[in-house]
Amino acid sequence: MNDILKIGGREFTNRLFTGTGKFRSRSLIPEMLKASGSEMITVALRRVDFDAGNENILEFIPKHITLLPNTSGARNCDEAVRIARIAREAGMGDFIKIEIITETKYLMPDNDETLKATKILAAEGFIVLPYVMPDLTYSYKLVDAGAAAVMPLGSAIGSNRGLKMKEIIEMIIENIDLPVVVDAGIGRPSQAAEAMELGADAVLVNTAISIADDPVGMGRAFSMAVQAGRLAYLARMGEESKTANASSPLTGFLR
Amino acid sequence: MSFLHELEKYENFDFEGYFNSVTADDVKKSIGKEKPGANDMLNLLSPAAEEFLEEMAKRSHLLTMQYFGGTISLYIPLYISNYCSNGCVYCGFSAGNKIPRKMLSMEEIETEALSIKKTGIKHLLVLTGEAEEKAGFDYIKPAIELLSKHFPSISVEMFPMSTEQYAELKKCGVDGLTVYQEVNDRTIYAQVHPFGRKSDYNWRLECPERGAKAGFRLINIGALYGLGDVRKEAFFNAMHAKYLDDKYPDTEIAVSFPRINHSEGNFKPQHRLSDRSFVQFLTAFRIFLPRVGLNVSTREKADFRDNLLPLGITRMSAGSITSVGGYAESEEDDVPQFDISDNRSVTETISMIKQKGYQPVLKDWEMIK
Repeated sequence: MNDILKIGGREFTNRLFTGTGKFRSRSLIPEMLKASGSEMITVALRRVDFDAGNENILEFIPKHITLLPNTSGARNCDEAVRIARIAREAGMGDFIKIEIITETKYLMPDNDETLKATKILAAEGFIVLPYVMPDLTYSYKLVDAGAAAVMPLGSAIGSNRGLKMKEIIEMIIENIDLPVVVDAGIGRPSQAAEAMELGADAVLVNTAISIADDPVGMGRAFSMAVQAGRLAYLARMGEESKTANASSPLTGFLR
Repeated sequence: MSFLHELEKYENFDFEGYFNSVTADDVKKSIGKEKPGANDMLNLLSPAAEEFLEEMAKRSHLLTMQYFGGTISLYIPLYISNYCSNGCVYCGFSAGNKIPRKMLSMEEIETEALSIKKTGIKHLLVLTGEAEEKAGFDYIKPAIELLSKHFPSISVEMFPMSTEQYAELKKCGVDGLTVYQEVNDRTIYAQVHPFGRKSDYNWRLECPERGAKAGFRLINIGALYGLGDVRKEAFFNAMHAKYLDDKYPDTEIAVSFPRINHSEGNFKPQHRLSDRSFVQFLTAFRIFLPRVGLNVSTREKADFRDNLLPLGITRMSAGSITSVGGYAESEEDDVPQFDISDNRSVTETISMIKQKGYQPVLKDWEMIK
């Protein structure tokens, strides 16, 4: 099956995007990437230490993987824009995940500032993946602003609470003509599968993989769940119903 | 409104009575609470909780993994001056102590910066004694400007300043503030800070908040254990952290647990925080405030620090020298502010952290001036 996801001119056959945060050891990152087959990984620019030689986190990411630098730590549009430019100047490519958070309790993204930053960075030729609070109106605005995808949160970052925002995410998937990547809050492979069954184009999972006892095994589990969810979506699942539906249609005799 | 008003609520609170009334059941419930309140923190700090250290440690470990993962951030301190006009009776730099006083020149600061850079640690904590007239803002500002060329993240631990001064330091490259109230008990505070600007309790208590208002990214507070009743001090400190955390949601709050060590004044502390209580308090803080950074310095012995790693610690100092300068050149008569107990180098600390199954984080911020 030729099921390819295109974002910013790149093609992805694996729809699990991963992250580099919270691992007990950086050497687990390449192993996790290999086991999961993930083709895109996000890296907080603030943690990249270009002077660190072999210990530079980028050294642990194989060259064929697409880097998605993120603006973690940015409190407003201006900081996010500057972080993005630093990342590009440092040779980390044109992809950027905008993450603007002014509230550290639940780490909710600031949609207003994110929209502003999306507009500026898209105009500068960045491939912008904004991390946002799920909101259909904002999603339309992000399309107009030049985003390459929309990344609504499933629930609070690192919370492992799953798709608490399911209904809004469904609206975005149905109405927005851009790839939708569910980012944040996915704690179990079954929740990743659920997002994919809804029709999400990809999911981004970091904490649930990195803090597992076996991050490599968990990366693989998530990848399989994402594939299963995607296949189920493509195979068009039957609608949910409160009444039983006979597997042989009752009116099948009417030809 | 400031934290002073929060403190006042507990003026007539019978801490001893409450602590002694806590039961094993109360402690168990508080350990498992998803959103623990002030009473839960009191329960976790109580004598009854001493029987539940393992349960508290397990919960603390899980919460720390969820919020911080398997990472330990490292920082390194640089003292640039030991002039001091305060009379803190427990401190080696105290004005009354006849010790050689030193203030690094800009050239010396640069030499120290270059030496520290070789360790690979990118988060610097810059410290001075508290002598505004000698090593004041006009000395500190150019020093920070110079250091910010070498370090993407700089915290300061100096005399408490105004919001405006902090805002100015922020522009020069400071992103964090460390300030310890030392002791929250007003009577003891007055006894151990007999003179100098530091004898103004309120000015110091409201200092972390001024830093948050100035827009610092990280505010690190702490009580100096040994000066006052340890349980009460821990509780006040926890409430202070919670106050800041609630009121300044865009600021990261961290807490340290310094215990009085030998210093030049040969101060004999009236209270003592035992290793068991240290662990109890540390894990209680994590359960009460899951997102707050918990910091342990080289005041603590190497093996104790190593064992604390899985219990909730998220930040550590490494390779510290607590006399002025000392990374590039040291002199025999250099007097430390306090003795350090973990003398390992940065490289040794890093390999210990890795051996324990954690990732040492040497850089956690990119200067975006």
